[in-house]
Amino acid sequence: MSLALIAALPFLGALLPGLMIRAGRNACAMTTGFVTALALLMLGLHAPAVLRGEVIQTRIEWLPGLGLNANFFLDGLGLLFAGLILGIGLLIILYARFYLSKSDPMGQFYTYLMLFQGAMVGIVLSDNILLLLVFWELTSLSSFLLIGYWKHLPEGRQGARMALTVTGAGGLAMIAGMLILGNIAGSYDLTVILQNKEAIQASEWYLPALILILLGAFTKSAQFPFHFWLPHAMAAPTPVSAYLHSATMVKAGLFLMARMWPVLAGTPEWFYIVATTGLVTMVLAAKIALFKDDLKALLAFSTVSHLGLITMLLGFGTKAAATVAMFHIINHATFKAALFMSAGIVDHEAHTRDIKRLGGLRHLMPVTFAIALIASLSMAGIPPLNGFLSKEMMLEETAHTVWAGSHWLMPVLATLGALFSVAYSFRFLAHTFLGPVRDDYPHKPHDPGFGMWAAPALLAALVVIIGLVPMTAAGWLVDAAAGAVTGEPVAAKIKHWHGLGSPALWMSVLAVGGGLMLLASHARLDAIWNATPRPEAKRIFDGIVEPLAALARRVTAISHDGSLTRYLAIATVTITALGYYAWATADHGTGTRALTPIQTVPAIGWFLLVVSSLALVAFHRNRLLTLVLVGVIGLMVSVGFAYMSAPDLALTQISVEVATVILLLLALNFLPKTTPVESSGGRKLRDGLIAAFGGTGVGVLIYALMTRDFAFPSIAEYHLANSYKEGGGTNVVNVILVDFRGYDTFGEITVLGIGAIVIYALTEALLRGGPANDRLLAWSPDQRRAGDRHPLMLVVATRLMLPVALIVGVYIFLRGHNMPGGGFIAGLVVAIALVMQYMASGFAWTQARQKIDYHALIGAGVLIAAATGIGAWFNGVPFLTSDFGYVNIWPLEEFELATAALFDLGVFLTVLGAVMLALASLSRIAIRAGETINVDAFDIHPENDGPRTEPATTTTEAR
Amino acid sequence: MTDLGLLDWALTFAFACFGVGLLFNLYRIARAPAVPDRILALDTMVINVIALLVLYGIRTGSGINFEAAMLFAMTGFVSTVAYAKFILRGDIIE
Repeated sequence: MSLALIAALPFLGALLPGLMIRAGRNACAMTTGFVTALALLMLGLHAPAVLRGEVIQTRIEWLPGLGLNANFFLDGLGLLFAGLILGIGLLIILYARFYLSKSDPMGQFYTYLMLFQGAMVGIVLSDNILLLLVFWELTSLSSFLLIGYWKHLPEGRQGARMALTVTGAGGLAMIAGMLILGNIAGSYDLTVILQNKEAIQASEWYLPALILILLGAFTKSAQFPFHFWLPHAMAAPTPVSAYLHSATMVKAGLFLMARMWPVLAGTPEWFYIVATTGLVTMVLAAKIALFKDDLKALLAFSTVSHLGLITMLLGFGTKAAATVAMFHIINHATFKAALFMSAGIVDHEAHTRDIKRLGGLRHLMPVTFAIALIASLSMAGIPPLNGFLSKEMMLEETAHTVWAGSHWLMPVLATLGALFSVAYSFRFLAHTFLGPVRDDYPHKPHDPGFGMWAAPALLAALVVIIGLVPMTAAGWLVDAAAGAVTGEPVAAKIKHWHGLGSPALWMSVLAVGGGLMLLASHARLDAIWNATPRPEAKRIFDGIVEPLAALARRVTAISHDGSLTRYLAIATVTITALGYYAWATADHGTGTRALTPIQTVPAIGWFLLVVSSLALVAFHRNRLLTLVLVGVIGLMVSVGFAYMSAPDLALTQISVEVATVILLLLALNFLPKTTPVESSGGRKLRDGLIAAFGGTGVGVLIYALMTRDFAFPSIAEYHLANSYKEGGGTNVVNVILVDFRGYDTFGEITVLGIGAIVIYALTEALLRGGPANDRLLAWSPDQRRAGDRHPLMLVVATRLMLPVALIVGVYIFLRGHNMPGGGFIAGLVVAIALVMQYMASGFAWTQARQKIDYHALIGAGVLIAAATGIGAWFNGVPFLTSDFGYVNIWPLEEFELATAALFDLGVFLTVLGAVMLALASLSRIAIRAGETINVDAFDIHPENDGPRTEPATTTTEAR
Repeated sequence: MTDLGLLDWALTFAFACFGVGLLFNLYRIARAPAVPDRILALDTMVINVIALLVLYGIRTGSGINFEAAMLFAMTGFVSTVAYAKFILRGDIIE
């Protein structure tokens, strides 16, 4: 359980910064740091066991049918990475507290950071590749947010987009690769996959899976030719660069390669793809880094180069090389994060990162200089620092590696890479900190406060400590991680002196000497570099992405142009064509069921339906007549349901019909009474043909269905058999609604409530002032109006009907479980009874006399339904399982009580509240349009000689 | 139903009458001098449907349709009121 909690903690912690920022920036940073520290502590508690060689597992079934389970495991590799992510994360949180300026929204920053941290920890702890993919995508998304954190900078937004596109595309490829891998191994659990080396490497799908997975790893870890996104991502705030682009996210690709090493490595394909890519990336990026003037761009390319180095080591496929890779991951994280933070400090203090405008800072910023000195010497590989140790070991490995029969290619190129590395490291140091103090800095630099340099200083101290006593400081971790990667026990021997006979010594000497010479002639080389044309990655990227985006826009413009007619046409034609294709290609005979004889009265009903539908098409421009014809159709459909033994449907249909008519009449008051002619003849013909095809298709389909028996047993049998036994009701329709499919109903009433509240909100926005409101205020009735607003006859009739209708509603509600009825119909019936009062005596008059808050009604309904469902848990059964029993209360007969009735009460209240809220919202528009408010229930009052009214006031509106 | 001679005949006759009534209503809805005639025709149509529901209940001997008929009556009345109010005042809830 605790592993899942470690992965979940940062996500839970992501909720806190947004809240804590109200208590101040310190509180915000401390809370975030506390959560990370807690996760780190929990990880640390597992460390002794992992170092003993145990593998800790947590298994939580999530969607076992899909093979997607929340399984986590922790071995040496996971411990190394999770430790890096959480440990450096803690330092970054501290650094960011002082780096971010007052105008930057800190709560947002920490929230994004924690999301990212959680995703990273999730990747390294996942024991299920599908889960790993989920976290993998989450890192892409959260890093998008982090890179684009400064939303006002176009470079930030573009860099974020580019990073997301490249890593996202790689992630897609990886999903495919992982699925192939899972299929070969027969399980999506990493621990199982890792045991199936032979099966996977023997499979014909090995190469495709390898390439797809490597695409994901290479894009994430910025390997050539996907390296170009990383420098553009440097538009991010420095804490992000230090965290994502030195210690964590770009190492996710390396982690993946290391994780998959036992099953994928060791083949020639693996060696040539991975080692070559790593080597090319290492040399190329190191060369580019030498000519970058932006401190962060220099570090970015240096990072690419070091990632290439580690990739190459993993590519060798030997145990020794994998061990060196693990060691270098630790070293690179320490010195590179420290360097990024130093660069950030320089930027923060001097207000520029341009190396050409810097120099001489060692006098002005001695502390920063000390940190940068240690870190960059380590990056250059100068003894006795930790960078030297791992680089020496790397060179040693290349010296033993044969590439395509050549013994010298690998060592020579690796030495060249190391040489460039020395050159840019010293350039970073010399051109920023050495030289004379200048007087033209954009801002007078000085050392920052302790808070800002504490984190890089700690890392620099680690660099020295690991450098001096590598075996004590890091040897155990390297052993554990490398042991997990290779699957065999590893005992690394890290030492400074390998003897004069070691080739690595001479390669190192060559690299340092050559690098210093290169730096000495940097000015000349820089001029040549600037004069030579080279491919601009961003332009190529834009050249690929822009046409794709334009294509997407064109497709969208055709299929999604906002015209409902077009959507309907596309959908109808597609469905009809597919249906026709299915009908034409499949084997089918005529129906087996006999037709029932046609009876006269139902035939009349059918005739009415057809004629009214046709009349509707003919007269649709007269909107009121259309409504009347819709009324006929609704009536016929309702009575049809009653005739075909579906009384529930009949009751629901007729209630919905009247609610619809009232809603549409309310709206029609403010709409033109006729529909203008807008379509040309050809268009009408086209639409008519589509409609005719669609209608014919549905008709034929239904005819075909009704003249045949079901091909498989229908679910109706089950419902009929179990309705009383399990749901306690004899009305199957109601039992389905409140029990069998109670969860659906719960969702539906929630949606209904949301719909009504949206109508209310839209009306509210309409009435708030603006063009729509002005038009309403200037609105005048477009038809002649009768003088009697509230006729006495109508008022008396509706008053008499109110109690009757309410009793009907209660009756229909109560007996719904066993006979036609239920909460939905009862809600509509009561709503209609109330609406009658509105129609008779006016909105404001009625509203003042019944003080029901419809919002509260909706909320209460949903809550009651939810509480009923949750109540089932206390009974030890799943959500919404209903229970029922019989009670005797003297002098009543024995009667049944079911929890489903309580759920139905929730449905009832929500329906009532939703219908009333929608109607009341629309009515308020009329008041805004200059309607006066009546004082009396009806206009002709015996005591007065005419209607008494008052103008609408804000108090009545606000209701 | 053979032994229920008279009632059977009466039901058939009533079905025929209300069926024809529906057709007349439809004619009035399709061709009418003004909108109020159409609304009245729709209202009458609801009444005829209620009658048919009740008759069907008598013929099948089930009580379920009587309740449906009651609800049809109530909703029919309300929608007729709504249409009428709309013609009179434009705004049905003032």
